[in-house]
Amino acid sequence: MNTTNFQNSPQAGYAAKRKAANTAIYIILAVLGVIWLFPIIWLILTSFDGETGAVTRSLIPTNWSFNNYIKLFVQYETDANGNEVQVAADAMQFPYMQWILNTLFVAVCSCVISTLLVLMVSYTFSRLRFKSRKTFLNMGLILGMFPGFMSMVAVYAIMKVLGLTNSLIGLIIVYSAGAGLGYQVAKGFFDTIPHALDEAAKIDGATRHQIFWQIILPLSKPIIVYTALTTFMGPWGDYIFVSYFMDQNPYGWTVARGLYEMIDNKENINEWFKPFCAGAVIIAIPITTLFLIMQRFYVGGMTGGAVKG
Amino acid sequence: MDYLDYVQMTKGQQISYNIKSFFTGIPGAIAGFFQVVANVIKGFFGWIGNGFKGYGQRFSDGDTGTKLSYVIMGAGNMMHKQLGKGLVFLAVEVLYIMYMVNFGMTYVSKIYSDNVTITDSNGVTAVHYGVIGSNTPVYGYDDFGEKTLLNRDNLDTSNNVLLFFVVTLLITIAFFALYIANTKSAYETEQLIKAGKTPMTGIEEIKDYFDERFHVTLLTIPVLGLLAFTVVPIIFTVFIAFTNYTRERIAPGELYWWVGFQNFAEVFNTGSAEQSATFGKILSWTLIWAFFATFSNFILGIILALMINKKEIKFKAFWRTLFIITAAVPQFVTLLLMKMLLGQGTGLNAMMGTTYPFLTDATWAKCTVIIVNIWVGVPFTMLSTSGILMNIPEDLYESARIDGANAVQQFTKITFPYIFFVLTPYLISSFVGNINNFNVIYFLTGGGPESHLYYKSGETDLLVTWLYKLTVSEGDYKLAAVIGIFVFLICAIGSLIAFNMSKASKNEEEFS
Repeated sequence: MNTTNFQNSPQAGYAAKRKAANTAIYIILAVLGVIWLFPIIWLILTSFDGETGAVTRSLIPTNWSFNNYIKLFVQYETDANGNEVQVAADAMQFPYMQWILNTLFVAVCSCVISTLLVLMVSYTFSRLRFKSRKTFLNMGLILGMFPGFMSMVAVYAIMKVLGLTNSLIGLIIVYSAGAGLGYQVAKGFFDTIPHALDEAAKIDGATRHQIFWQIILPLSKPIIVYTALTTFMGPWGDYIFVSYFMDQNPYGWTVARGLYEMIDNKENINEWFKPFCAGAVIIAIPITTLFLIMQRFYVGGMTGGAVKG
Repeated sequence: MDYLDYVQMTKGQQISYNIKSFFTGIPGAIAGFFQVVANVIKGFFGWIGNGFKGYGQRFSDGDTGTKLSYVIMGAGNMMHKQLGKGLVFLAVEVLYIMYMVNFGMTYVSKIYSDNVTITDSNGVTAVHYGVIGSNTPVYGYDDFGEKTLLNRDNLDTSNNVLLFFVVTLLITIAFFALYIANTKSAYETEQLIKAGKTPMTGIEEIKDYFDERFHVTLLTIPVLGLLAFTVVPIIFTVFIAFTNYTRERIAPGELYWWVGFQNFAEVFNTGSAEQSATFGKILSWTLIWAFFATFSNFILGIILALMINKKEIKFKAFWRTLFIITAAVPQFVTLLLMKMLLGQGTGLNAMMGTTYPFLTDATWAKCTVIIVNIWVGVPFTMLSTSGILMNIPEDLYESARIDGANAVQQFTKITFPYIFFVLTPYLISSFVGNINNFNVIYFLTGGGPESHLYYKSGETDLLVTWLYKLTVSEGDYKLAAVIGIFVFLICAIGSLIAFNMSKASKNEEEFS
């Protein structure tokens, strides 16, 4: 494009002005960057702080140690004889390792189920034409407007009848049963695959079932990855349902509930704030990595969804 | 009016146009909302009507088999060489009758029981009408002389009665749909045979569900999941809004009953003074919050995106990643961290030796949550607007430069109006999203600071966090259900404005 010539056309002071503007932008970006990263840096530094207590007197810890990380996995108590003994693996106040395993289990299961449901629904609405399609789309639109946890009490009552309250299976169902409603982004993707492909396969005698599994799905890797990552990340961040569905036994919690409880209580906060930081850093690393991988899909998905409605 | 008309207006005209179109859009959207609701209802009844259309005609035209299928499902198919399909229909009928006789009818009959004696937690015994569930609890004394429920095991709980009532309702609707399908199918196969064709065999029929009718196969499981864990709960919750269900009525024997519109009236005026004032206060703060949270994020996010995407700026990927990192860390972590950072004796206050009431004073707290929300949300806006910014037609800028427009003019005259035009649906849906923004409020302030002027809530509570507290910590389920219905109405109207506008912007795209 020849606009570059035009931009650099010699005008009095123009280049200098431009340079000043750019410098200003660099400075603003740097300042904003510091503000945005400050809490994260504080989190990481505090997680290595060797002093106990909720109060951090300075940004950079005076005693560096891994104690906060160790405390998440190995906890000590004073026994009847006044000796420091290790707390048994099934009697810890905050069993961090168990939370990770619980969350991983829930996340993997609900990721698989939700991804399948989303692909089924979005493919149907994107590629197949049938009589009540419009009615189904409208109903989906209306159902999607109900705030997710408005009917928590009712879901709890259902789980009670099924005997699934206070169980991870119940959580998996809660996270994945309604997944079909989140079809918009994937539908937008399927809409972009040329219909000629379907027609060619049809002429060759393929059924719709075969077209779905053998032609469309292999072409849909990006959207499968996107859907899988979003649904996998959901349970790591959800506090609402875990807090209502799981009882006070910490061995049934997920990471979000556990970390919340660590610093929710005034009695715990002094002892547990710094291990909380360590725990937050541990789960933030994989989730942040996944998000960074996902963000290029995210950009496309968001704008695609926004424009296509 | 399309985009070209829009850019030709002066800035003042554009702003007034935007404001005007927003407000003139509201009645349309509300009308649109009811239209969509009406369409869904119409679709539903139309669907039923379609089923009944020719219901009588088919009966009088049909042969014995078809006529028989009006009473014994599947009979027509069985007599028309479709034994397998007929047996499936027959099984459906038998199962439905067995379900209703053994199970369904009991709950339907118990949904409104009169003359039920209920002893409440204060020991007061009274006879109630319109109770959900009908067993009278029988109290006696156990081996230790303690008063106890004797018939605990076969006692109704209102929850189960209501739940199975809703389930039975849906099963009955499904059964009638299948019943109509059965009469149609009987008649159609009869006509096929009359025309000298062979109806599909069972195996062909099954194969058809993987080809012509593949949508049925694909949608069955997702729809069942939605029905069981979204639709049934929503209907249940709407019913709860018309009962007096609270945590006190959760034990066996503690039934609840229908109270009509009493809960709705209580929210507005008949409740205690603080109770009827709370809804208005929380609603107005929710709207103020949603407004500031949406626009602060939007404007700052766009400015950030513009700075990063400016042609001469180097290390774009670096800058972008820097900001995305905050968005990538799980939200509850960053928010709990912010809570500690802004706490009274911790974080910033401890480091600087100050005692700013960031989260403990009502006015401070309201400003703090909005500012922290900027920190949380701007990277997201930056991410999602970057794509749109790069799509602004380059020729607009070129002609502007030829006309001698400087950078600021280009921004105010081209970039901003364009973004505003294209992103209005996004803005509205993020406004709706902020009305439902549970995380930021709950993790930062927990709705606090507490105030005696608020009923079971605090100064920064949104409708949704209030709903959550009423459900989880207060056990005031009836009130929570009423709030839920209001949140739904607000969100539905907002979403439909966005939906209609995104249709408009889609058309706009086609022109350019």
